[in-house]
Amino acid sequence: MKVAYREIEGHSAGYWLAVIVCGLLAAAGVAAALYMRAEGHHVSGMNNQIVWGMPHVFAVFLIVAASGALNVASIASVFGRALYKPLARLSALLAVALLIGGLWNLVLDLGRPGHLLAAVLYPNFRSIFAWNIYLYTGFLVIVGFYLWFMMERRLNPHTHTVGVLAFLWRLVLTTGTGSIFGFLAARSAYDSAVLAPLFILTSFAFGLAIFVLVLLGGFKALARPVGARLLTRLRSLLAVFVAAVLYFVAVYHLTNLYMAGQRGVESFMLVTGGLFPWLFWGGQVFVGGIVPLWLLLRPVPGADGAALRRTLMLGAAAVVAGGFAQMYVLIIGGQSYPLQMFPGLIVKSRFYDGVVHTYIPQWPETVLALSGVAVVALIVLIALRLLPFLPVSLADDVVSVHGVHAPAAEAEGAPTGART
Amino acid sequence: MSDESQKAVSVGAEDGGPEPDALRRRLLKLAGAAVALTLAPGVTVLARDLVVKGPRGRKSAVRYGLLIDASACKSGCDACVRACQDYNGLSHDPGPDNAQWIRKVTITNPQTGLSRSFPVMCQHCENAACVDVCPTGASFRRPDGIVLVDKHRCIGCRYCLMACPYKARSFVARNVEDQKPWAPRGKGTAEGCTMCVERVEAGKLPACVTACQKAGHKAMMFGNLQDPKSAIAQRLSEVATTTIRADLGLLPSVHYRGI
Repeated sequence: MKVAYREIEGHSAGYWLAVIVCGLLAAAGVAAALYMRAEGHHVSGMNNQIVWGMPHVFAVFLIVAASGALNVASIASVFGRALYKPLARLSALLAVALLIGGLWNLVLDLGRPGHLLAAVLYPNFRSIFAWNIYLYTGFLVIVGFYLWFMMERRLNPHTHTVGVLAFLWRLVLTTGTGSIFGFLAARSAYDSAVLAPLFILTSFAFGLAIFVLVLLGGFKALARPVGARLLTRLRSLLAVFVAAVLYFVAVYHLTNLYMAGQRGVESFMLVTGGLFPWLFWGGQVFVGGIVPLWLLLRPVPGADGAALRRTLMLGAAAVVAGGFAQMYVLIIGGQSYPLQMFPGLIVKSRFYDGVVHTYIPQWPETVLALSGVAVVALIVLIALRLLPFLPVSLADDVVSVHGVHAPAAEAEGAPTGART
Repeated sequence: MSDESQKAVSVGAEDGGPEPDALRRRLLKLAGAAVALTLAPGVTVLARDLVVKGPRGRKSAVRYGLLIDASACKSGCDACVRACQDYNGLSHDPGPDNAQWIRKVTITNPQTGLSRSFPVMCQHCENAACVDVCPTGASFRRPDGIVLVDKHRCIGCRYCLMACPYKARSFVARNVEDQKPWAPRGKGTAEGCTMCVERVEAGKLPACVTACQKAGHKAMMFGNLQDPKSAIAQRLSEVATTTIRADLGLLPSVHYRGI
């Protein structure tokens, strides 16, 4: 099947406005990081009780989404679904951009970002953090090669091999990200082997949701067509991923609820924890789970393209919104619940033992957190202008299903940057 | 030995040279001595490392630790906390972003109403979670069991703060002034109780233990847990003690009585 790709022209006022806004926000993030470095982290809402804050909520979201964004490419290259092949380049680009955005947040929030080289020079391989540094950089390299193999015609035959490696690598990577929390035996909300597979399923949903938003948003802005066939498939796929996340979340909480010693933290997260139960039930479960399932699974009469597109966009947006709620509940809620140094006893001290910790994000770390998203957008905007990542058309007569060629696709010429 | 070889030996002897068998023995001795001389320092170093470094699963010759008697600790007394703050140049303000190397904790059993008050600091665990999770190895455990932070390697990721079950690690979130030469601190790095390592190396007691003794409570005891003759080791063998969150298997060096 021949698929025509083309760079975006990038001359419109909207394009330049987006680039400038994202650039300014990224610069503001650097300024916020420098301010926190100069003054110390006391200018942020983070402290010795809430150790990780907004930058980490956004960073983990973006990193988890990064590995998930690659799934579309994997479905095409590894599992041979021809329908997704035209989407593979954008999928890999988003994976790289999202990971860089997440790492941007993590690195700039460090107490001493200038000393990051120490993690390379003196790695401690008992630390999952140290492993993650290699997993993240390895992911960028492998996906970089993956993109090259996809975009260079002579290397196309090897795309499957690199695709398999990238797919396996991303599974390990997300396991590593989930294990950052899963290995923390000290904290009641973490310390669970379920977190690693939950993160993998979560990445499927977050990554595909962001992919859908970028794809459909971009195609609408560029006035390029997307057919009902692809929209229908993406709706179903996203619905499956959302349902799988809900299943793992249910297993995680039911397991905890069954253990008497864990009922305190469950009660906090699900009922008594103030903001967190609201975010869990309202944000993570309702907005991030039930709403997208309702939108994505309800039948659309006559395969109406506009209705399919609208429900898919709304469903994906709900998944992203619910995803941020999920990360906030896990990362901030997990730290807010007091450490159980003496399980079953009432603990008090001048150092906030036994009390629920509050977190009020301040502007420096909030700007830094948002700047990670701006970096993602900036990378994507620039990359789309420089190289042919986006297909010219995703109409039904262009895309094929399971290797069945669409008749019109073969005949279509590629105005620029045409690749097989 | 065969007849032929016996013959050969006698021929050699008749020639006036050294007997080949004896020569072989001498050469072997020389080679053995050379090998021994070459390897001895290495073996010695290796043996010393095994004893002093005390890698996981092996006993170290020295392991400093504390025994805190909660039944002797007075609930209103914070002499140990003050002494630590004064000695190490820490703030007295218990703000949420201020460092807290040692704090007084009060626990109450809701079923019986019994309360106890006692200090909690870095527990200097054998299987320290902070050491395991640190990506750069900045969190490290000395051969004598004291867990410290190498400020030059710490990147300020705060994973150790997340991992420590005792809230014993703090993050330096402000510019530090009036630092003590023996307790260097660094904005943007993690820190915690050093067990007053420089005092210990000089043969003194940690500041908190000294303060407790001066206050007349004698609720804190310090010493080498591995020396059976030390007062702390003998006391630990006589009275029932426990460690905080013993279920986690971290094997802390700080033992508690009466909690």
